[in-house]
Order: sequence, then C-alpha cells, then structure tokens
Amino acid sequence: MTDKGSFYQRDRGWHPPPLTPQYKTSVLRSPQRALLSLENTISEMTGPVFGHGMLGEYDNDLIRNWAKTGDPVGPRIIVYGKVLDENGHGVPGALLEFWQANAGGRYRHKKELYIAALDPNFGGCGRTITDDQGRYWMRTIRPGPYPWPNRVNDWRPAHIHFSIFGQAFAQRLITQMYFEGDPMIWQCPIVMGIPDRSAVETLVAALDRSNSIHMDALAYKFDIVLRGRRSTLFENRTEGN
Amino acid sequence: MVQNLHRLKESPSQTAGPYIHIGATPNHSGIEIYGGDLGQTLVGPNAKGERIIVTGHVIDGGGAPLRDALVEIWQADAAGLYNSPGEKRGQADPSFSGWGRQPTDDVTGQYRFETIKPGRAPFADGRLMAPHITFWIVARGINLGLHTRMYFSDEAAANAECPVLARIEHPDRIATLIGARSEENGHSVYVFDIRLQGEQETIFFDI
Repeated sequence: MTDKGSFYQRDRGWHPPPLTPQYKTSVLRSPQRALLSLENTISEMTGPVFGHGMLGEYDNDLIRNWAKTGDPVGPRIIVYGKVLDENGHGVPGALLEFWQANAGGRYRHKKELYIAALDPNFGGCGRTITDDQGRYWMRTIRPGPYPWPNRVNDWRPAHIHFSIFGQAFAQRLITQMYFEGDPMIWQCPIVMGIPDRSAVETLVAALDRSNSIHMDALAYKFDIVLRGRRSTLFENRTEGN
Repeated sequence: MVQNLHRLKESPSQTAGPYIHIGATPNHSGIEIYGGDLGQTLVGPNAKGERIIVTGHVIDGGGAPLRDALVEIWQADAAGLYNSPGEKRGQADPSFSGWGRQPTDDVTGQYRFETIKPGRAPFADGRLMAPHITFWIVARGINLGLHTRMYFSDEAAANAECPVLARIEHPDRIATLIGARSEENGHSVYVFDIRLQGEQETIFFDI
C-alpha cells in the first residue's frame, strides 16, 4: 500500500439518518447531538488486515459450509462483484462477511420468532477476501422475505447482510444487498430510511443471466463502494487518482 | 456542462440488524463454520505493555442496555504504533493485533475486551494525542455505525493537551469519552459506557 491522503468526507445525507421513526428501534438508539467533526488521524487511516490464509475452503460457499445431509433447499445463486473506492479503484484484500435467512426467510438464531422452518443444511453465514483487483464471489441460496416486529404487519424484502473492512477503520461499513425486481424493497421502512431513491438502487443487485450457470445457479452482480482517499497534492505527492 | 469527476458514491449503510452475530461472531451464535470468531484475542503472549480490561454497556435513550449490539475497537500498541500497512512511523508490536470485536452479552448487555494500554499517536499536525481506543458500534436500530473514542481517566495531563479533546466546545461533555480506572483482582479495569441519547449522550465522531 502506498502513502495516501485522508478519506473524503462522508456524505451523511446519502446514508439513512440516525432517526428514522418508521423503523421504531431507531427512536431510542439514534444519537441526537451534533457529531464532533474530526479530520482523519492515524487512528482512522489505519485498520486491521486479514490474510487469505485464514479462509477455509467453503467459507464463501453457503451451500456447502453448513451442509449436513445434503444441499440446502432453495434457489441456488452466485453473488459476485467488486469492492471499489469512491475513486473507482478496486480495493484488494477487503474482508467481506455475509449473513442471511434461509430460503424460507428463517434465521438460525435463538431470538428468531418467525414460524418458517430451519433448514438443517443451511447455517446462513460466510466470508471472503477480495482479490488483487478487488473482486469477490460467493455461492448461496436466495433468502426468503420474512415478517418482523415493527409496525403490525411489516416484512423485510429478501436481502443479504454485508460487513466490509477496507484498508482503514474510516472505511468500515455494514449494508444490505437486495434483489432486482423485488417490489417489497420499496415498502420496507429500513430501506426507505435512505433519503434518495438512486442511493437505494445502488444496493439492488442486478440479475446477470450471462454469468448464470445452466442447470445450476443464477448469478447476481453486487458492487460495493467504500470511501475514497484524497490525493496528496502539494501536501506530499500525487498518487492514487 | 463541465468535465465529469467520475467519482462514485459510497454504498449507503443499512442497519446491522438483530442477527449481526450470525455474520460477525458465528461461533458465539452456535454456528461453528470457522475455527473461531475474529477479533476475540488482541494480546499475544509476548505483547508489550500494561494488560488492561475495557468493559461497559451500550445504553439506549430509555436507559436500557443493548443486548444485541456489536462493539469493535481499534488501537495503537504500547509504543503508539498501529499494526497496519498504513503505519509508516515504525514496526508495531507483532504480538498485538490492535483490533477487537465483541458482542454485548445477550443477558446483561455487557461488553468486555482484554487488551493493553495504548501509547500516544500524533494528530495531523504532529502534536501528540492522548492515549485512546477507537470504538465502532453497530446494532439493530443504528442506521450507520457509530464512531467514538475512549480516553483514560489516569491520563489527565495527556488528556489536557490532546488536540482532539481540545476541540470539544462543551468541556463538560469530555467526561463521556473517559473510561474510569479501577482495580479488579489485581487487573486494571476501565469502565466505558456508551450512551446513545440523553443528558449524558456520548460524543460521537464524524471522521
């Protein structure tokens, strides 16, 4: 990694605000004071590094990594894409962790209340690390939508949670991937906390029939963008952009 | 029209939700796919520096502890160096990772890290910041991860000259960033509660 400048200011109007009353849990969990503005220091411009050596053979294969008696039930999909920064550069070595419900919309979690069945062959989590160009791929079962305790009859659209580490703690991000064509995206109070429709669209993975595998799996493309860094023009030297 | 900057927008955040532990600490959730959960151990047997425990709760606006939160910390080693490729000032202690991750307990809401007391690292202008630990908190109901810092109650002199703490307009709020030192079975323990709302709302950072 080369010596680069601080990260672009985060556009907090692009993210959902802390308080989104339609998502009721946010009411008591949203800070109300102004944030303390702080230019990046070394404490935020550094971050932990994860090596490919820590990955197991099936870590990015949710069809196989909890299989006990056979494959899990549900539509088989491949999710692939790139982790980029705001300058459009691929981010190599980024750790991605994902978790999701099974095909029936049920999570493997003791606090889960939905009556849909657990799948004995589906754990619901995986991880991978981007390659030298920032690319990643995983295989899983398309998750089902599910009801959740919010308003009387709220349902989440089908989604996969993503947690991403870039090259600095300032880039730390958790988000969710949705699926092209799902009408429930636009009815979800968590999604609709994002102010700008075009921002929501960046979280909707595109069906990619060209990369689907015949008689095996559909493919979805999902790129993720992390904060980009300034060029150190005059401050030091120009590089990166 | 003008030339295009060709800049992308950061992916918008979405809440970590109630099941963050399936993805971040699966072994803790009973899903044993990986050898262990990441970030459980910061301190190797040969790590330099004073062993400390950092513990506390994340508390909502109703005064209740969050029992479904995930807390991550990132800090310098005892010499003030970060174990990261972005660290250009020297070689950090290879026996200290600097990064930790713990769930809040699903009954008590308590989090707990075993770590070492960090040294001082420089602010952008070269002045030294006081020793601190960076915190990142996510949970159901938190739409974008929250950044804050814990400083140390027994570092009054360093805290008084820290260029970050000096920026806080209302000095009475600095106390929300100070972990309080005590002793527990011969160990140094710092208690750091994070309050999401209310009179004692923790200072969160836009970094």
